[in-house]
Amino acid sequence: MVVGMEVHTELLTKSKLFCGCANHFGSEPNTNVCPVCLGLPGSLPVLNEDAVELAMRIGMALHCTIAPSTFHRKNYFYPDQSKDYQISQYDLPINSGGHLDLPDGSRVSIERAHMEEDTGKSTHLGGSGRLAGADRSLVDYNRCGVPLVEIVSGPDIRSAEQARAYAAELRGILIATGASDGRLEEGSMRFDANVSVRRTGEPFGTRCEIKNLNSLRSLQRAIDYEALRQIELIEEGGTVRQETRHWDEGLGETSTLRVKEDAEDYRYFREPDLVDLAPSQEWQDRVRSALPPMPAQRRSELEARIANITPAQKDAVVVVVDLGLENYVNAVAEAGGDVAIAVSRSANELAAKIDSLANLSTDAFVQTVAMEAGGELSATQSKQVLTELLENGGDPKKIAAEKGFEQLSQDSLGTLVGELIAKHPDEWQRFKDGDEKLSGFFVGLAMKQTQGKANGKVVIAELHSRK
Amino acid sequence: MKTAVEIAQDVQSGASTATAELEKAYAAINARNEELNVFLHLDVAGATAIAADVDARIARGEKVGPLAGVPIAIKDNLCQTGVPTTCSSKILDGWKPPYNATVIDRLVAAGAVPVGKTNLDEFAMGSSTENSAFGPTRNPLDPSRVPGGSSGGSAAAVAADMTSISLGSDTGGSIRQPAALCGLVGMKPTYGLVSRYGLIAFASSLDQIGPFSKTVLDSAVLLETIAGYDPMDSTSLNEPAPSLSAHVNDGVAGKRIGLVKELYEGADDSVVAAVMSACEALKEAGATIVELSIPELQLGLSAYYLIAPAEASSNLARFDGVRFGLRVDAEDVTAMMEATRTAGFGAEVKRRIMLGTYALSAGYFDAYYGQALKVRTLLINAFKKAYEQADLIIGATTPGVAFKFGEKTDNPMTMYLNDVFTIPTNLAGDPAVSVPFGKGEENLPIGVQLLGPGRSEAQLFAAARVLEIADGR
Amino acid sequence: MASSLTRDDVAKVARLARLTLSEQELELFTEQLGGILDHANDMSSLDLSDLAPTAHPFGLVNVFRDDVVKPSLDRDAVLEEAPDAREGRFAVPRILGEAP
Repeated sequence: MVVGMEVHTELLTKSKLFCGCANHFGSEPNTNVCPVCLGLPGSLPVLNEDAVELAMRIGMALHCTIAPSTFHRKNYFYPDQSKDYQISQYDLPINSGGHLDLPDGSRVSIERAHMEEDTGKSTHLGGSGRLAGADRSLVDYNRCGVPLVEIVSGPDIRSAEQARAYAAELRGILIATGASDGRLEEGSMRFDANVSVRRTGEPFGTRCEIKNLNSLRSLQRAIDYEALRQIELIEEGGTVRQETRHWDEGLGETSTLRVKEDAEDYRYFREPDLVDLAPSQEWQDRVRSALPPMPAQRRSELEARIANITPAQKDAVVVVVDLGLENYVNAVAEAGGDVAIAVSRSANELAAKIDSLANLSTDAFVQTVAMEAGGELSATQSKQVLTELLENGGDPKKIAAEKGFEQLSQDSLGTLVGELIAKHPDEWQRFKDGDEKLSGFFVGLAMKQTQGKANGKVVIAELHSRK
Repeated sequence: MKTAVEIAQDVQSGASTATAELEKAYAAINARNEELNVFLHLDVAGATAIAADVDARIARGEKVGPLAGVPIAIKDNLCQTGVPTTCSSKILDGWKPPYNATVIDRLVAAGAVPVGKTNLDEFAMGSSTENSAFGPTRNPLDPSRVPGGSSGGSAAAVAADMTSISLGSDTGGSIRQPAALCGLVGMKPTYGLVSRYGLIAFASSLDQIGPFSKTVLDSAVLLETIAGYDPMDSTSLNEPAPSLSAHVNDGVAGKRIGLVKELYEGADDSVVAAVMSACEALKEAGATIVELSIPELQLGLSAYYLIAPAEASSNLARFDGVRFGLRVDAEDVTAMMEATRTAGFGAEVKRRIMLGTYALSAGYFDAYYGQALKVRTLLINAFKKAYEQADLIIGATTPGVAFKFGEKTDNPMTMYLNDVFTIPTNLAGDPAVSVPFGKGEENLPIGVQLLGPGRSEAQLFAAARVLEIADGR
Repeated sequence: MASSLTRDDVAKVARLARLTLSEQELELFTEQLGGILDHANDMSSLDLSDLAPTAHPFGLVNVFRDDVVKPSLDRDAVLEEAPDAREGRFAVPRILGEAP
């Protein structure tokens, strides 16, 4: 299969692209509108400077060339398009010719990442609430005029899995630049996939565009379904028709939305109400130097802190970076603590309660990890302390005490180990002779005797010291 | 009738009041509006309130502004909050904008009193005001003739002494041509000098708002009141309003005036004679006349009749029955849009939308619209070259005097040819003024046109003033 | 390039522009538009390949506004001018196709 991705992201500006209405999701319908975004006669657009800055950040993060650009009108009639044309960029976009490297090492080219305005939203009355069968439609223009950047990849993707990885990585990058919040469920980021199939080595086949992909999972499922549909169609002797298809998550299939034989004539021409955009070199330099590190760089920095990193640990690093939890891990590293444990706890316990991070200070995290690394807490106990911290905040040592996770003193453990050795001379002999597995036997007994408070590592160390 | 400057002085000094001036204006309007169809709407309540406010400020001893208490007529393609704004089209019949055009705010801040909205060719497309959906406006000097267009109503308001000043808009000559046909001063400013925010767009890259008046000084005062940078208009020049009225009597000594033959050849004999006579008057005032030829100007008409309709076809797409204005209901939204636009737009508007849509279509873009944009560059370069040899240019405004109703409506091209002398400056973005000079057939007024490079309004008014004096005013 | 504007061209353009033309209008417009386009032939035959189209006649570039929220319109005022408004939204007859 051959896949190209078109991703739209709303930009995190305070106001809309061409007017001062608030760029805010969830307001009462038509309360963030003005003559400009409503397209009232006589209104004129004026470009939001911050939107340009954010668009440049995206372009730079994707290694694009930033060039002088113009705005064009894309003319078409549709009720959610308040002027019945969209102000977009056509043959001279602000960003072009970039690329995105995926964690697996593959590279996807970025043809362009241009600026344009969003449309309003329509809801449909009557019927199933979907378009077909509706009686009236209601339009809310709050979203009309919100700034968008459209990122178009080259047709370089070769599997649904790769498409998903591309979308995930791109999302991480957009969030890292501060340009987007990547909220798929709110529609601030949207995917369209162009899918075609061919036998290896042959030219590209006819492609279909799939819309309504609201999650990474839908994206992957839909692409797999569509590729299979096209393959089966061709094998049955049919031909693929160029069209736009709608993905139905419930049914798990794509269906025809619009056949593209009569391609809409958008009559693009340069927007006469706006002037050309040529960000100064000085401005570009400022944006570039202020660009925060991207996920790929942050992952490799974290990975470098773990000696002999395992694939599982790499996966954990991906989660840590994706969720923006590095500050916790870095705090541990700076305190000279155990980074591997820090990564594991972040990717698991912290990730599970991502909405409660405010309750967990980095100090508390560093302390807890130190207690686990030093043997005061077992892994299980450490996880429980963290969960408690996330739910209710507090002090790790106090929580450990409250939960009865007191440290068994070295002496009492030593005495206990001595008793166990005395009780099980055969097993002790075999251990002394080299059967390492028996350490588990002794650890198990120690755990039983102390109701899980014994620290396995300390027991093993004790055994070894008595050999 | 007093000039705007005189009225403002009277009101500011207490010799008159804004309320009294407003009453005079409405009396003059009511006397002839039914006959001439100048105003589509009179904002009596709004104007009365504004006038009362001016009077209150003066009573408090405040200095109100250069247009204190001066009634002014506003072309009905300019938005005024709560005041019906129709563009003389059925598709906007009854629509009341929720906001003011920037020029309206500036007028009111200067003490002026907008009295009502004047008739125009529908969506400013025309040269006679015969394309209005609400009937034509008649030329006050001879009601069997057109006042010109598209700002025919605004011109007639001043020519009929209803108001001393009015605002129009000029895309291909729509201020200058009616000014010429009605014996008035009318100017199209430099593109970007006056904010277009609130002007219902016809051709975005060509439209400009400008003044009508009896005297050059009044137009200068009015223009400097509304001009200057507006953050709501991205195409507005990033400069404050220029000083114009202070320079009206600067004269033309030492100026080189280019007499461009493409700007009068083919006009009526009386018009050509007027242009030559104007040249003499300028010479007497110390200018030199330089004979020039700018052959590229002949391409102006073709380029204009592709660029303007192309932009208009896009600007008028928003009239779709969804958010405001006329709606003709139908089964589905596409049918509704089509039914609404078909019922709401007049023939000339439809014609230009069709022309513009075609010129932008895939496959025709390069040959038509794309080419026209390059002709625009050609024209700009040609003007630049001409302005190396002359400070200002002189020519005719129109080929003839005011024509009779129905005389030019058979073939659209006939009407379009009216604009042949005015169009080039819109394409170049340069300013130009029409000033009355001499009379033609039936003793009807002739307008002589003065053109200048960008931002030369002060020099243009000064030269126009020389002609005004020479013409006995 | 002679304007070979056909009735079909005009009909297609009318659809694009969301205008319904009667038979007479189709005929008339084909003739009139053809005439105007013929007049444009003086332009189309010129070689202007070394000219760039003009953007703003005075070369304005980089005009921006600050990213500041300004008050929006009062919703009631807006919907009052709407041909049909329901539930705080603009109501239209059903939309048949998806947006392009």
